[in-house]
Amino acid sequence: MDVAAYEKLLPDITPRNKPFWDGCAAGELRLQRCTDCGRHRFPDAPVCPQCLSSSASWEAVSGTGTIWSWCTMHQRYFAAFADEVPYRLVYVRLTEGPLVISVLADEPDELRLDLPVRVVFRPSPGGRVIPQFSTGDLVTAA
Amino acid sequence: MNANDAAVIIGAYEHPGRELPDKSLAQIHAEVAIGALADAGLTLDDVDGFFLGHDAPGYGGGWVSMAEYLGLRSLTYMDSTESGGASPIYHVSHAAAAIAAGKCNVALITLAGKPRTGIQPGGGGPLRPEDSFEMGMFTGAGLVSTYALAAQRHMYEYGTTSEQLAEIKVAATIHASHNPNAFLQKVMTVEDVVNSPLVADPLHRADCCLVTDGGGAVVVVSREVARSLNRQPVKILGQGEAAKLTDGGRVDLTYTSAVQSGPRAFEQAGVTVNDIDYVSIYDSFTITVLEILEDLGFCEKGEGGRFVMDGTLVAPHGRLPFNTDGGGLSNNHPGHRGGITKIIEAVRQLRGEANQGVQVPDCEIALVHGNGGDLGTRMRSATMILGRDA
Repeated sequence: MDVAAYEKLLPDITPRNKPFWDGCAAGELRLQRCTDCGRHRFPDAPVCPQCLSSSASWEAVSGTGTIWSWCTMHQRYFAAFADEVPYRLVYVRLTEGPLVISVLADEPDELRLDLPVRVVFRPSPGGRVIPQFSTGDLVTAA
Repeated sequence: MNANDAAVIIGAYEHPGRELPDKSLAQIHAEVAIGALADAGLTLDDVDGFFLGHDAPGYGGGWVSMAEYLGLRSLTYMDSTESGGASPIYHVSHAAAAIAAGKCNVALITLAGKPRTGIQPGGGGPLRPEDSFEMGMFTGAGLVSTYALAAQRHMYEYGTTSEQLAEIKVAATIHASHNPNAFLQKVMTVEDVVNSPLVADPLHRADCCLVTDGGGAVVVVSREVARSLNRQPVKILGQGEAAKLTDGGRVDLTYTSAVQSGPRAFEQAGVTVNDIDYVSIYDSFTITVLEILEDLGFCEKGEGGRFVMDGTLVAPHGRLPFNTDGGGLSNNHPGHRGGITKIIEAVRQLRGEANQGVQVPDCEIALVHGNGGDLGTRMRSATMILGRDA
């Protein structure tokens, strides 16, 4: 992969989103939770999309969810991913509610929707740790 | 009398070009403006209302610079409502409201784009008003991903198949084969569609709309102005708008805000789905059409796949002929925006001026629906019901 091209796709780490990235580096999925209405949100935002409260805390969440949908990208849309096609994207509904798009860290034998997954953290090509999802342990447990 | 009866569509024009390397974006706006006004029997000097999206070139969401470029000296009303490809459908509705309120009498709506020969549409600004990141880019997701994720989930929940989605493209290609200006002239079969290369599984290349240069324009005038012109008007019977947002990351991509804009338009028009003779449905992808047909109530939610089988959408004799110009899937999707061509083809149908072979017999009531933005999240819907003038 073209690491320079990939790094351009990564968002800047800002004072507001830093807790998320610190969480990734520490192996923990952290989301903002509204102090007033209690709702988790993703992406990060200075106000709650539900009640517009400016008061929120970053909390470690379960890291579990289910595959709401998936697709496999065949078209080269980004220079960084030109050599990666085809690659699979999963859209995961976190147990706390928000949906997050990412990739699977491992290919399960059988992929189906509503399959339970858990978040895992992997270094991206430039080194920044990003959240991905795994079906591994949960499938064997089920 | 209907609230929208004060205004009618009197002019419509689609640029015949699909690849326009030698024309500027502003020039295409000018050509379609003159074309639609000529269709109505009007000139630029008659225009007092001007409507266009933020993809127009220049300052002020386009309208300031374009008004100057076109030499519109008599403007009393301007509107640059931006809602992606659905924008022109909002513009026609807003023009009708402005005319009803006495704010203008001759409203010009233009759209142009040339992504095929080098200019990517601008405008709109960042999708989120504050700096914050979403996971899309660095995981390699593109615009098409949302549509593919929606299609996959729709298949899982309702048993929809790729072959059923392909029926939508097949109908579009049959229609385009009757349109000498259509970008794609060749009729495709279901097999052709599902054998076309995968773009974002489960969507194939043939499930995606075209990339074309071009544009179109529509002229909306007061009843009084229409009476002075020798052109068949088209009535605006009802319209509805709605938005579906990201909701803090909690979204369901299997339905759109057409579930709200549709009933609003039907109620104002005083008609039901059973009264609709022809539909122009936004067709960025085949799955877009399928979800919208369900959301507007032409079939039950989840039944879209079965609904589109057996030639339902094929003109002139299918149960619900759609996009008889070939649509964005096969005719024209200028500037990645399918709104204006949806209106223009509905006007042709209601005037009895559709291409030979696809004219719906005795077409009295048509529905036009635009989907702006993404599918099922961060999106807007505009539904408009048009009627043949008695």
